Amino acid sequence: MMPVPVNDAASLLLVLAVLLPILGLCAMLGLRGLHPERVARVAVPLGVALAVAVLVEVWTGGQALHYTLGDWEPPLGLRLRADGLSAVMLVLSAVIILAAALFSQRQFRTPEGIAGDTRAPFTFWSMLMAMWSALNLVFLGEDLFNFFVALELLTFSAVTLVCLDGRTATLHAALRYLLFALLGSVLYLLGVALIYGRYGVLDIGLLHELVQADPVTLAAVAMMTVGLMAKASLFPLHLWLPPAHAGAPPAASAVLSALVVKAPFFLILRLWFDLLPPLPSPLAGQLLAALGAGAILLCSLVALRQARLKLLIAYSTVAQIGYLFLMFPLAAGPLAFWETIGWTGGVLQLVSHAFAKAAMFLAAGLIAETLGHDRIGEFAGLARRLPVAVAAFALAGLSLMGLPPSGGFNAKLLLLSAAAASGQWWIAAVILAGGMLAAGYVFRVLGAAMADGPAGEAGGPPSPLARQLVVLALALVAVALGFVPLQPFALLGIGREVLP
Amino acid sequence: MTPLVSAATLFGLCASGMVGIGLYGLIVLPDALRKLLAFNILGSGVFILFGVIGRRGAAAGLDGDPVPQAIVITGIVVAFSATALAATLLLKISDAENEPEDGGKDEP
Amino acid sequence: MSEPFALLLTLLVLLTAGWIVTVRERRAAVFGFIAYGLLLALVWIRLAAVDVALTEAAIGGGATGVLLLRVSARLGSIRGMSAPPGLATRWIAGVLCAGVSLALMALVLALPDPAPSLAAAAMEPIGRTGLGNPVTAVLLAYRALDTFLEIIVLLLALIGVWSLGADRFWGGEPAAWRTGPPSPALVFLARVLPPFGIVIAGYLFWIGADEPGGKFQASTILAAMWLLAMMAGLAPPPRTGARGLRAALVAGPLVFLAIGFAGLWWADGFLAYPDAFAKPLIILIEAALAVSIVAALALMVAGPAERLPRR
Repeated sequence: MMPVPVNDAASLLLVLAVLLPILGLCAMLGLRGLHPERVARVAVPLGVALAVAVLVEVWTGGQALHYTLGDWEPPLGLRLRADGLSAVMLVLSAVIILAAALFSQRQFRTPEGIAGDTRAPFTFWSMLMAMWSALNLVFLGEDLFNFFVALELLTFSAVTLVCLDGRTATLHAALRYLLFALLGSVLYLLGVALIYGRYGVLDIGLLHELVQADPVTLAAVAMMTVGLMAKASLFPLHLWLPPAHAGAPPAASAVLSALVVKAPFFLILRLWFDLLPPLPSPLAGQLLAALGAGAILLCSLVALRQARLKLLIAYSTVAQIGYLFLMFPLAAGPLAFWETIGWTGGVLQLVSHAFAKAAMFLAAGLIAETLGHDRIGEFAGLARRLPVAVAAFALAGLSLMGLPPSGGFNAKLLLLSAAAASGQWWIAAVILAGGMLAAGYVFRVLGAAMADGPAGEAGGPPSPLARQLVVLALALVAVALGFVPLQPFALLGIGREVLP
Repeated sequence: MTPLVSAATLFGLCASGMVGIGLYGLIVLPDALRKLLAFNILGSGVFILFGVIGRRGAAAGLDGDPVPQAIVITGIVVAFSATALAATLLLKISDAENEPEDGGKDEP
Repeated sequence: MSEPFALLLTLLVLLTAGWIVTVRERRAAVFGFIAYGLLLALVWIRLAAVDVALTEAAIGGGATGVLLLRVSARLGSIRGMSAPPGLATRWIAGVLCAGVSLALMALVLALPDPAPSLAAAAMEPIGRTGLGNPVTAVLLAYRALDTFLEIIVLLLALIGVWSLGADRFWGGEPAAWRTGPPSPALVFLARVLPPFGIVIAGYLFWIGADEPGGKFQASTILAAMWLLAMMAGLAPPPRTGARGLRAALVAGPLVFLAIGFAGLWWADGFLAYPDAFAKPLIILIEAALAVSIVAALALMVAGPAERLPRR
């Protein structure tokens, strides 16, 4: 066993990354007079700085950071750990949360002249903080039950945000989401119980050295995977997502689609690549990829037929999550998985979809605010009215379609090359077909918005430029990711070779 | 006398049955409150399984491994919170659907 | 207690569970569920997990029971989440779930013997915590982060519940029991039970460091007493925006964090306790947590604000 490094000042950053948002939540809850949006104005920049500091520390140090909580070593105690991938996820979350916070400063501001807090702003900001903390814990945790608690934090905050507007339709969406998420949690916990019964250990790093591919272990990982699939809304367990993500306020939809569904996926990655020993048969990985392929094809088709923009984007989320699951058979082979282009392509897809989808949901929010509706059929004239938002939507669309230059293009090219190199032609065909379908739904929206028509005049005043620029910035990041080199990154390999 | 099946194993089988019953209820019951009860049955099956695993791990002078017990205590509190949130959501839906003036609020 | 008792208990638990999912009446299912919670408490005693048995009886049976009774009393007819299943669906689901149960049984029987356990690992450093109850040591020392976050889960659920109220009532009082004036029997219970409840809760809290019991069980009993008094109209529910209530809710997490971070200076790191003061610090954390848990549990059951806040 490798020696566990002692806690030092740099690794304390991990603890702070998890706890800072919770401190913000406590300040909002405990002191009504502070006004939640003002607390967020302090907490969000600090949280971004923490995430960047972790990334710099991991990158320059070239090794993973560890923090053992209370100095109780696993298996008895818990620890946090940041390797290259988790540091990237930390920064990704921080940037998306920052964008969501900037976008929402006006929308969720406590009205003037009120001494205490009010319902919608308080709920939005406190739940955003809780969600952030939970995401950071998923990316930094090492303990299977600790992950369960993080997933529950994530569920409760996400469900509450979905029905923030209190309409009957969003209440139904929230209830359905909650029941799916709870079922997912219980299945996950069932797997955790079996793992503990088999090994008496819950720390992923220690388990990695112990696990054998016996029936109990495989069944446990299978149950955990199915539970997490329900939470990540992998086809065919996706039915809860579109109404939920389409019903939430735009900034919440952006965080849900960009980050919250990625957290359970991240855990599936950890289970399959960090916990399980190499499997004797490639069948399981191909099964996951087949479900991913189903999501890409079917949900893109459903997205094509949506009349409402937010629902179209939500179905597109389900389709794009499908791409992530293609990486399981593509990362197999003689190389270490983090050195394969299949794995790298999957991670890049995760990151670029987060930026592109956040940009799209926020753009949809601007559009709905200006027009008073999001019916695509009545978009004619929109491009004149909201040029920046429509441009951001188009740029984000590049990434979803997989056209250059965009992060989505690089991701899909890497996945495609991996599929071709390993002779898995059906995966290559799905990637190409998915790109064309995405082009179909993106151009449907753009075509409607570019047309001449009355949307140029109707509705309320256009949104302030600052909010439009936030959306554009996210879309530009998705485009800029198209300039990363088409090869495995050293950063993503940090902390992997000594795993854990 | 050693019994054919120890009590811990028996409760392990019981937990498996509870999981199946809860899952069945969650799938087939149309009423959301009943689904919530079924979810609690499913959850309690998983908790009992942890209890069985803890009991099997009796060692060092203890009647059971304290780690799974602590996990279940955390789990029960989390399950209660989930039930409370879901139940309030249900009440709100029921209030909204039984008040005519809210009927038109369905579309933005 | 012998094996026949375990067998009887198993059969009762499974029959009650089966009844809850098949009985026609919603209210009957709720009563069945409360009985089920009590049966589970017996199972936990038989599994030699008295801490869990107390938690299950207090939260699983008690608090969930009160909550479900309150909800089912107020719940009108609502649109079903899915269509009532046909016979074919029920058969397919039944066969599928029976398959899951059987597979799980096979896995339970396949678990290794002797079982892996952290019991010895948990006992070895327990002297450093000054505690006698290893479950409390796991909850407040070895896996303290889980426990901290669990309180945050409670707070989130409470905020979630509050957020379901109307905008204009935000910060006002919840209407814990809206089905008419309280019955005389309820008022009688609400006068008689709380003194006993407070004594029992205090006892459970105090012995929790060394014997089965602790903050969760004690807090749930206190929360139940408070709810009873609110339901009987003897104690007005607090305003959800009241400064004192808000302070009580965050007291637990903040004391936990403060002592956790103090560990950076006086012990070996975040959430570490100095050996000499571990026990008093842990009891201090538990006391602060208990305050937050009582407030969160009682208000979660009481529901969102339904009266205008006082100015």
